[in-house]
Amino acid sequence: MTNSEKNRLKDKAFQVFGIFCTFIGLVVLAIFLIDIVMEGIGRIDWDFLTSLPSRRAARAGILTAWAGTLWILVLSALIAFPLGIAAGIYLEEYAKKTKLSNFLEINIANLAGVPSIIYGLLGLELFVRMMNLGGILLAGALALSLLILPIIIVTTREAIKAVPRTIRDGSFALGASKWQTVWNQVLPASFGGILTGVILALSRAVGEAAPLIVIGALAYVPFVPKTPMDEFTVLPIQIFNWTSRPQEAFLTNAAAAIIILLLITFLLNGIAVYLRHRQQKKIKW
Amino acid sequence: MRVQEKIIEGLLWLSAAITILITLSIIWVLLSESVKFFSEVSILRFLTEKEWTPLFAEKKFGIMPLVAGTFLTTAIAIAVALPIGLTIAIYLNEYAHARFKTFVKPLLEVLATIPTVVYGFFALTVVTPFLQSFIPGLAGFNALSAGIVMGIMIIPMISSLSEDAISAVPRSLREAAYGMGSTRLQTAFGVMVPAASSGILVSVILAISRAVGETMLVAIAAGQQPRLTLNPLVPIETITTYIVQVSLGDVPHGSLEYRTIFAAGMTLFVFTFLLNNLSFWIKKKYQEKYD
Repeated sequence: MTNSEKNRLKDKAFQVFGIFCTFIGLVVLAIFLIDIVMEGIGRIDWDFLTSLPSRRAARAGILTAWAGTLWILVLSALIAFPLGIAAGIYLEEYAKKTKLSNFLEINIANLAGVPSIIYGLLGLELFVRMMNLGGILLAGALALSLLILPIIIVTTREAIKAVPRTIRDGSFALGASKWQTVWNQVLPASFGGILTGVILALSRAVGEAAPLIVIGALAYVPFVPKTPMDEFTVLPIQIFNWTSRPQEAFLTNAAAAIIILLLITFLLNGIAVYLRHRQQKKIKW
Repeated sequence: MRVQEKIIEGLLWLSAAITILITLSIIWVLLSESVKFFSEVSILRFLTEKEWTPLFAEKKFGIMPLVAGTFLTTAIAIAVALPIGLTIAIYLNEYAHARFKTFVKPLLEVLATIPTVVYGFFALTVVTPFLQSFIPGLAGFNALSAGIVMGIMIIPMISSLSEDAISAVPRSLREAAYGMGSTRLQTAFGVMVPAASSGILVSVILAISRAVGETMLVAIAAGQQPRLTLNPLVPIETITTYIVQVSLGDVPHGSLEYRTIFAAGMTLFVFTFLLNNLSFWIKKKYQEKYD
């Protein structure tokens, strides 16, 4: 075999290996989803969705868990959405290239890399102890809002950056002020991108268990939270609780709850992908 | 009108400034509780004792077993994710059709959107029993299974960041390599990967930082037994799992046990902070400029 034949063979071999690597993750994902669905789908019925938790696996439901997840989703969105967008607008439209804005940028990148459980410790000390809230929905939502804030800021900036200079210049030329330009031109033009980022951030928040456990969210909550000041649990914590029990029947419950959690996550991601796709199609600068 | 503009700008500035307040609060919370902890337990004991048993009658406060557990799961995860992720990045850039790339990338991203409790369930109920069928000594909770599944979870992180780095290398370099008669493989490893090496390194460092901070997966599948070992077959405990374990129990506020989670959290924060800033520094310093 000549050298060039050898090289061509190696090239082919790597191609096969590349295809193998590309699909191995996806195959594992598929095996995993099939396994979960096979184990859990039989457990999902109306009673499972509308029953309170119970010591007996066959009677336990996820009503309080998904109600808590929904509460957390809405509250975190209400807190993090305005704050994140405002910060994004400031950094992209107003901040001058100073040392301070440079520092702000590095700081946000750093916050994005802080492990989620640290946000739990922050929430425990700041909201639960010092503000004396206790392990309630509001404390959990505040901690998760801080966790997703950097993601929202970064995606807001990217969306705003994509709006061309000419749109702003046109607005200024017509006599609009800075804020009028941002509010009437830049924000509407970038809103699709911003919304995509916010939804992706929320789908991250929905899957989080660690910070909420640290804050003191309970595994067993025998009622549906009525106000943000109530104690709560969420789907990931319920899944964690059931997974840690030795009885097989609770693992089946966990698998069923995972199906519901994955449906929520995939739904949120699906909406985000759809919005991004529509945005890209609609706008041709 | 001008006043209103100023007020709005002020509010926007305030929103941005809150992020600095968050960082300061994190540091202050971790530091103030850790200082109280270290006034009762010396830093020397914390760093040199070989056992971590703050919840037992006979208390030992050596962080090393938790650090070893974290290191072990992280190392296994990177050993899985780096070769696979980098190969995917090279394959998509140098071999695959553009249409295949646009089809496969979002699918890989799905791996990153799945909540980590779900991965924990998978590691515990599927991967561990599967591995036990040919590794007889494997315990029900172990670092191996948790590490492998974590590796699968962070594949998209390494593959997509490395892919960005490789595709940022200008076409002319690739074409020059082809012009010299290189195969795609030779072009990839002789030209593209070295040219993108700083970007690839950044992706690996960020993946390590992510793995070090990962919580639910290891809390479910790797065990809750702090142990100073590099044996991947036995139950261990990571820093993050310890914090979860204490949070689930009923430890009174203000006690020494309560403060251990902040000392553990401080250790974790220092690790991830150093890793993240190392990656920013590399990114800035070695940013290749092709014109």
